[in-house]
Amino acid sequence: MDDAVITVQALSKRYGAVEAVAGIDLEVRRGEIFAFLGPNGAGKTTTVEILEGFRRRSSGDVRVLGVDPEDAGADWRNRVGTVLQESAPEPGLTVRECLQLYAGYYDTPRDIDETIAIVGLAEKAETLGEHLSGGQRRRLDVALGLIGDPELIFLDEPTTGFDPSARRAAWGVIGGLRELGKTVFLTTHYMDEAENLADRIAVIADGRIVAEGTPRTLGGRERMAARITFTLPAGADARELPLSGASANGRVVIESDRALSDVKIIADWALARGLDLPDLDVRRPSLEDVYLQLTRGPE
Amino acid sequence: MILHQFRYDLMAFLRNRQSRFFTLVLPILFLVIFVSVFGNHEIGPQNVKASTYYVPGIAALAVIAGSFVNLVISVTAQRESGVLKRRRATPVPAWVLIAGRALTAIAVALVVMTILLLIGRFAYGVKLPTSTIPGVVLTAVVGAVTFCCLGYALTTVIKDEDAAQPTVQALILPLYFISGIFIPNVNLPTWLRDVAEVFPVQHLADGLHHAFDPATHGAGLVWSDIGVLVLWAAAGLVVALWRFTWTPVAATG
Repeated sequence: MDDAVITVQALSKRYGAVEAVAGIDLEVRRGEIFAFLGPNGAGKTTTVEILEGFRRRSSGDVRVLGVDPEDAGADWRNRVGTVLQESAPEPGLTVRECLQLYAGYYDTPRDIDETIAIVGLAEKAETLGEHLSGGQRRRLDVALGLIGDPELIFLDEPTTGFDPSARRAAWGVIGGLRELGKTVFLTTHYMDEAENLADRIAVIADGRIVAEGTPRTLGGRERMAARITFTLPAGADARELPLSGASANGRVVIESDRALSDVKIIADWALARGLDLPDLDVRRPSLEDVYLQLTRGPE
Repeated sequence: MILHQFRYDLMAFLRNRQSRFFTLVLPILFLVIFVSVFGNHEIGPQNVKASTYYVPGIAALAVIAGSFVNLVISVTAQRESGVLKRRRATPVPAWVLIAGRALTAIAVALVVMTILLLIGRFAYGVKLPTSTIPGVVLTAVVGAVTFCCLGYALTTVIKDEDAAQPTVQALILPLYFISGIFIPNVNLPTWLRDVAEVFPVQHLADGLHHAFDPATHGAGLVWSDIGVLVLWAAAGLVVALWRFTWTPVAATG
């Protein structure tokens, strides 16, 4: 247990009659990238802010780096980096000056130029923060979260608003944190981001953890039915198919627990009739499919 | 650590065009305009030259512009944009952030006052106070600290940065008029002067007027004015300690 960086037991937070977080357990281990997913209003931000020491909990036990964030002091803050969901650059300061200011807040800050280089802002070091693009501002935020050389870093939706290439670049930065031995607590709305970066994922919905696992196993994903789809060739009748499936707009969809043998049955059937199925597609459920299933509200 | 924060706060302050205009340029403009209006004749209760009257009056305005007006607007903006919250996520103690910002206000106030003084001396022949320098400096510093405390207190009732500018101006402009900053308050009806007596603007202006009055001897300190300023500072501090938040107010609902 001593390699647990974050442990949360029976954490709950009530706002009046509303229970935003309804008794959750979490454990984040040293050196892993832990993705915390959930729809807006599910209790995600509340939980993160309790872990960051910005909010007080109603009940339960929380330990972050062995300390209760509610009474954490400067020592603890020296070991934790925080990239908030929304924060503007320091007004009137360049990228380098921002980092110099924040470096002065920590006991053992990282090298400023190296930190600027890690987030890919070397060419913008002398630019005023307010003149940066949205993606560059976010990278400055990440640099400010790293400057104290923290053991644990919270990244709250670090790539929201990025274009695809900027997102890839950011993944490189975040993946690099693992190489540096940092523990990362990541929240994101992008499932491909979680899939690419996370060692483990927890999903919160309605204030409860509804699933926890690796990107491959989350919510029983590895055991879920695959989906075989193809367009029915001209002249073939859906009723002749050897397997039952749904058919919409000439496209057949078959849910399959035994994808390999089912594909063979369909292939044998098509070949026997001299038919081709050029757009045959076999797909395992994506992380996003699993996530949407897990977080679907009672509607 | 305070000096570290002060250095960057001051740098940010000086790079902001709005801050520069309202705290550095505008007081100088006011001085020139008001002295011109009154033709540098003798005015006011002590019958001093207009320039001798307006240098300390506008100096009081400069102190307030640099500490109160600018602080309320910039701190509210920093709070709402998440800058303050991000700073609080670091090990830096809260009091360092507050003291660094207050020091910026004090430094700006003293610099502007020096400039006003020099303009007064060389353009209008205002006699530089020598024996009363301690009074000038101490009154200005106490004034700056007071208005910083009041500034922090006021941010607690302002929802967002859009509301900051009109709120602070609506509060301070009438006080400038009734506190002898724009017009000598002997011209005001008694009841209005009584109202002004309650507020700190009047006492900062009066303290500085007294220190600049050629008839004043000694250190130029008016303890009653300092006393009222300190009371207001304490009240502001209590409200600020009780209500001040580092996290955005408008966003959370």
